[in-house]
Amino acid sequence: MKHLAEYRDADTAHRLAAEIRRVTTRPWAIMEVCGGQTHSIIRNGVDQLLPPEVELIHGPGCPVCVTPLETIDRALAIAARPGVIFCSFGDMLRVPGSRNNLFAVKAAGADVRVVYSPLDAVKLAHAHPDREVVFLAIGFETTAPANALAVKLAKQQGLRNFSMLVSHVLVPPAIEAIMRSPGNRVNAFLAAGHVCSVMGTWQYPPLAERFRVPIVVTGFEPLDLLEGIRRTVVQLERGRHEVENAYARVVTQRGNEAAQAVFGEVFAPVDRAWRGIGVIPASGWRLANAYRDFDAEIRFDVGGVTAAESSLCRSGEVLRGTLKPNQCPAFGKECTPRTPLGATMVSSEGACAAYYHFGRFSGPTAGAAAFSQDSPRP
Amino acid sequence: MIDVTGFSCPAPLRDYPHVVMGHGGGGALSRDLIEHVFLPAFSNPLLDRLGDSTVLDLAADLAGGGRLAISTDSYVVRPLFFPGGSIGDLAVHGTVNDLAMSGARPAALTAGFIIEEGFSLGTLAEIARLMGRAAAAAGVRIVTGDTKVVERGHGDGVYINTAGIGIVPPGLGLGIEPIRGGDAVIASGTLGDHGMAIMSVREGLEFEAEIASDTAPLHGLVAEMLAACPAIRLLRDPTRGGVATSLNEIAALGGVGIEIDERAIPVRPAVAAACEILGLDSLQVANEGKLLAIVPGDTAAAVLAAMRAHPHGRDAVAIGRVVERHPRMVVMRTAIGGTRVIPMPLGEQLPRIC
Repeated sequence: MKHLAEYRDADTAHRLAAEIRRVTTRPWAIMEVCGGQTHSIIRNGVDQLLPPEVELIHGPGCPVCVTPLETIDRALAIAARPGVIFCSFGDMLRVPGSRNNLFAVKAAGADVRVVYSPLDAVKLAHAHPDREVVFLAIGFETTAPANALAVKLAKQQGLRNFSMLVSHVLVPPAIEAIMRSPGNRVNAFLAAGHVCSVMGTWQYPPLAERFRVPIVVTGFEPLDLLEGIRRTVVQLERGRHEVENAYARVVTQRGNEAAQAVFGEVFAPVDRAWRGIGVIPASGWRLANAYRDFDAEIRFDVGGVTAAESSLCRSGEVLRGTLKPNQCPAFGKECTPRTPLGATMVSSEGACAAYYHFGRFSGPTAGAAAFSQDSPRP
Repeated sequence: MIDVTGFSCPAPLRDYPHVVMGHGGGGALSRDLIEHVFLPAFSNPLLDRLGDSTVLDLAADLAGGGRLAISTDSYVVRPLFFPGGSIGDLAVHGTVNDLAMSGARPAALTAGFIIEEGFSLGTLAEIARLMGRAAAAAGVRIVTGDTKVVERGHGDGVYINTAGIGIVPPGLGLGIEPIRGGDAVIASGTLGDHGMAIMSVREGLEFEAEIASDTAPLHGLVAEMLAACPAIRLLRDPTRGGVATSLNEIAALGGVGIEIDERAIPVRPAVAAACEILGLDSLQVANEGKLLAIVPGDTAAAVLAAMRAHPHGRDAVAIGRVVERHPRMVVMRTAIGGTRVIPMPLGEQLPRIC
């Protein structure tokens, strides 16, 4: 694949890994914020190329994982209503609510559909004027432009049977919450490249300055990740705390201003509960007052639905980076991808699922150690 | 309500552009369907007798210790037609390949159709024609069949079930010899073509190079492989669940570990690109014209040479090996030199959100 293969080149990866080993003198804990990065790190075995001093902590960047339980319960309540076509990205279907998930509601007769774009949900609303089409709008700044555009279009077209259950979350407030949390171990952040492609990098210098923490905007391919880690370690070793852009082929300082204008109009900031973490002030978006008519929470009056998390699940500590997935007592026992207690075990981007699927049962580098007896690591 | 099941009408088939309930009623309309749609597509002396069952004389085939293999599969694919094939092709190739994985040469197929009321007769005839063509190309006869019609809304156009019997040549014992460390894992060609052909039609994706299904009968290829190396230990066709499922099944069955090399896995650029866009893993995507072979390590070169001489094995390549360590686990060495476990897929692949 042109334009991808060159970012997966083994020789360059080994050169970057050697360079990271060369500059590392002390232990560092680096958090990659984005679930897509976690997935790529585990999938490609990027962490196995790093020196033992460099620890990657998988942050709260999987939108499926941090969507609060009560949002799932509200989604399930709406999807089960007669006449509703409930649209969602595929990942959300298996996320457990308090009692069941969207797959179960679908099997029981609800019309639940997987879409690749919120605009597909708008098309469905056109095609089925007698039905209520609801889109579950979750995600970080990356998915926000398309979601905002879908609502804006629905309003322009006067669609009365389209609404959105919005649970958007934002990266900078999460970074701030992690840095302020007691027992924080994070020394530096790999900022999520695709969030920054929308938002730019201008939000980060104040954070880097206030918490004296390096923030390196990083992409998703193995070489992107290694280069982001390398730049982060260089800063840490030199005692610097700057914002760097290691994903300049996609990310600019100002970001996508057209997209920012659209969701600036459609969304408004709101205090948002993060699954496993709790409420973070101004850490999410809801529909702005001008778009209240499209708010599924109001239309279906599900604002009163509340829920309590499983007492066994410690996904909050995993998301804050104070617990590795395989250190959780329920990991691989009560909690597996087939019987997930928390969303970090559900989504393919969730840290617990990534550890489970890719065989990280006993310590962060067990996967590498178990298979390297006669195939030496490069 | 009019009871159409007892309704009989002498009108010829062309007066009905769509399948009606009466086409499944066993009367004149059913007969019409058989005579105008199925017989022209499948015709052979055994089928043409239209008996309640067909009697096969396999004495010559089974002489000297040959054995019978039997398999059945149902086909519910949507869309019914896709680049590279149709439900009719799949219904033949799928069952032929299931037989071929036992080393069997297919001898006869049955065909059962469950058709939704209102389905286009023209489309049904086209599916039957393609199915007949696929059977003829694979050298296998459809010797008996069945048709049912279900009410509108109770089916998805048409479902097809085929069952097949095949002849396993004397002395052949695929799957009897245990798999062991040092065995080679061979793939017969590019992986993920069928599943991504279907997905790209469903999702309306267009690529510079169209992705076509790989649907094909594999018994000819298998015969060449077995001629080159009778010691082949195991064959699997990685259909639903893809290579990830088949390799996990093989590892569990043999109580062995399997290691594959990401760089050796053949995936077409367009398939790899479609998987990237849709967030899917090509190892979990279905194939309909590919096989995986576990062969003794010292015979791998001979098997590969035989495969590459056959049209359905041109791109055959060794993708990994069987190991004694980490039993029942499939591990991939990634392109950048890391390792990861290839898990047994859970169920339906869910597209990732971002």
